[in-house]
Amino acid sequence: MSRQADYVLRTVQERGIRFIRLWFTDVQGFLKSVSISPQELETAFEEGMTFDGSSIDGYARIQEADMLARPDPSTFQILPWRRDEQVARMFCDILTPDGEPFAGDPRTVLKANLQRAADLGYTFYVAPEIEYFYFADNGPEPKVLDRGGYFDLTPLDVAQEYRRKTINAIEKMGIPVEHSHHEVAPSQHEIIVRYTDALTMADNIMSFRLAVKEVALEHGIHATFMPKPLEDHDGSGMHLHLSLFSGEENAFGAPASPTGLSEVGERFAAGLLAHAAEVTAVTNQWVNSYKRLVAGFEAPVYITWGRNNQSALVRLPNAKRNKPASVRLEYRSPDSATNPYLALSVLLAAGLEGIEHGYPLPPEAPGNVFDLSSRERAELGIDRLPETLSQALDAMESSDLVRRALGDHVFGWFLRNKRKEWEKYQHHVSRFELETYLPVL
Amino acid sequence: MEAALFPKECSEALASALAMAGVVTITVDSLEAVGIESSAEWPLVVVELGDEPMRRLRLIEALSEGTGLPVLAVAEPAHIPLLDRAAGVSDLIIGPPDALELGLRVRRLAQISGGSDVLRYDDLELNPLTYQAALGGQALDLTYMEYELLRFFVEHQGRVWTREQLLSKVWGYDYYGGARTVDVHVRRLRSKLGEERAAWITTVRSVGYRFG
Repeated sequence: MSRQADYVLRTVQERGIRFIRLWFTDVQGFLKSVSISPQELETAFEEGMTFDGSSIDGYARIQEADMLARPDPSTFQILPWRRDEQVARMFCDILTPDGEPFAGDPRTVLKANLQRAADLGYTFYVAPEIEYFYFADNGPEPKVLDRGGYFDLTPLDVAQEYRRKTINAIEKMGIPVEHSHHEVAPSQHEIIVRYTDALTMADNIMSFRLAVKEVALEHGIHATFMPKPLEDHDGSGMHLHLSLFSGEENAFGAPASPTGLSEVGERFAAGLLAHAAEVTAVTNQWVNSYKRLVAGFEAPVYITWGRNNQSALVRLPNAKRNKPASVRLEYRSPDSATNPYLALSVLLAAGLEGIEHGYPLPPEAPGNVFDLSSRERAELGIDRLPETLSQALDAMESSDLVRRALGDHVFGWFLRNKRKEWEKYQHHVSRFELETYLPVL
Repeated sequence: MEAALFPKECSEALASALAMAGVVTITVDSLEAVGIESSAEWPLVVVELGDEPMRRLRLIEALSEGTGLPVLAVAEPAHIPLLDRAAGVSDLIIGPPDALELGLRVRRLAQISGGSDVLRYDDLELNPLTYQAALGGQALDLTYMEYELLRFFVEHQGRVWTREQLLSKVWGYDYYGGARTVDVHVRRLRSKLGEERAAWITTVRSVGYRFG
């Protein structure tokens, strides 16, 4: 028994915890939970808990249903909501009945990619800016909280109060918040989380999304990470600030270089750009994701990089003076409804590919790419991100890089599942079509 | 450090020495009550012999037999002839007690009794035996490494530690991820300690961290 597991067993006993939730994530990024009692905990650490993998999206077929969930004791955390009853959670690694890491488990996929970075001498750090909306309920019509109409008796700062309570809850879970604010769109909020290593951050994003929803539920409202719920307003992005450390040094920092980026940093950025179209199906995995990636709503559309350029896909934020450790690349296309394990896997793989193969960094994009004509963009070699889920899947399917990063199991399942989603969407006759065509055609 | 104290109205000299030694006392109405209530509540009992030494020595004997709790007797020079064969007295001190000596004897007895040495800083309490932490009496939920880091800080207050020192002393091995790990854990600790107490851990520019 490791010291960590021992700590968990003692704490469960001391604190009178009656249920322990074993958390893991399906391929689409939905949080799954198996509840166990304290008596089962020791076995869970040693052997893992058996569950039916065929009931989890993207895991196993019926004939190979048995899976093991083995909790990671370093992620043990008492949940700050549910004060009536002490409930704790741990993230799990999923194993096959033979005790091998299961290739369909997104956490396992990310670990494999992080190991690849470690083999090259790098640790991968991430800080996300997560946006989301509060709506009055979870019905099909989004009802905003802080604009006239449905909720006009609600003072503006009530939603701030929900956000404050959410921050309180996530900080108690050991997820430090850098800052937060009301976003541009009505009822939209943004919380910026302090950087940590990529695996912990992926776990944190899962905890974060649940905490936001739990706190909203407590107050009888609905929180959503849907990428684009209001057609006239900005969608919910999850900009990811990425950096690699080599030992104690930020591998991206080079104060003397003209960009402030080291060669490693430039190549990583070049890798992100070169493979951007291929990884987009993963970072923006829903039909709705592509309604966000359009011009005019502060979301990136073109595959460019820039220093202080809000329209760029890859942005190099101004690092603080004398703080080479804070040099990082901001990747701006992912939305808040991505699977963080898989998104970080493919972004890391793209960046490492750039480093290993010495990709050159293309020239920095001019001011606002949206103002250029398509011909000017073509001359500058500026490509567009995929415009639909279908295009993104085509780019992904032909990508050897994404296949390697996700492994055959996840790669194949993801494509099949998302093609189905697209097919279903294609049958759909939208409100736009009815309103535009029905009266006149 | 906690201890049960009898009698309720002890001498002022003892009360102030206990307070100076940082011993939190729970006064008990009768020594029998100590035996009845859960003995796990306190690691030891401090009994002042005062003006009824014979009676209290008998009570100590019964208490010790009944509960096995260590007893520190606070005696006066006049009681010395009675103490040669006093059963159940684990240790004694002649009053008026010196605060430093009293603190030392209380701590030593608590250790012998298996009672853990609860670490304190301001309103933070860390119990190394149960791995539990509390802030202002409220349980504080920490992960194992957060707990170990906080314990190290509380045990070594006021000193500046480099990230490398913290890594080797707290993580204890060449932890994958390097010294960034320390920064990340310090931030997590600060966020769990909350805004008011986050400043307990100060960042010492280009050196490392200091607690308290």
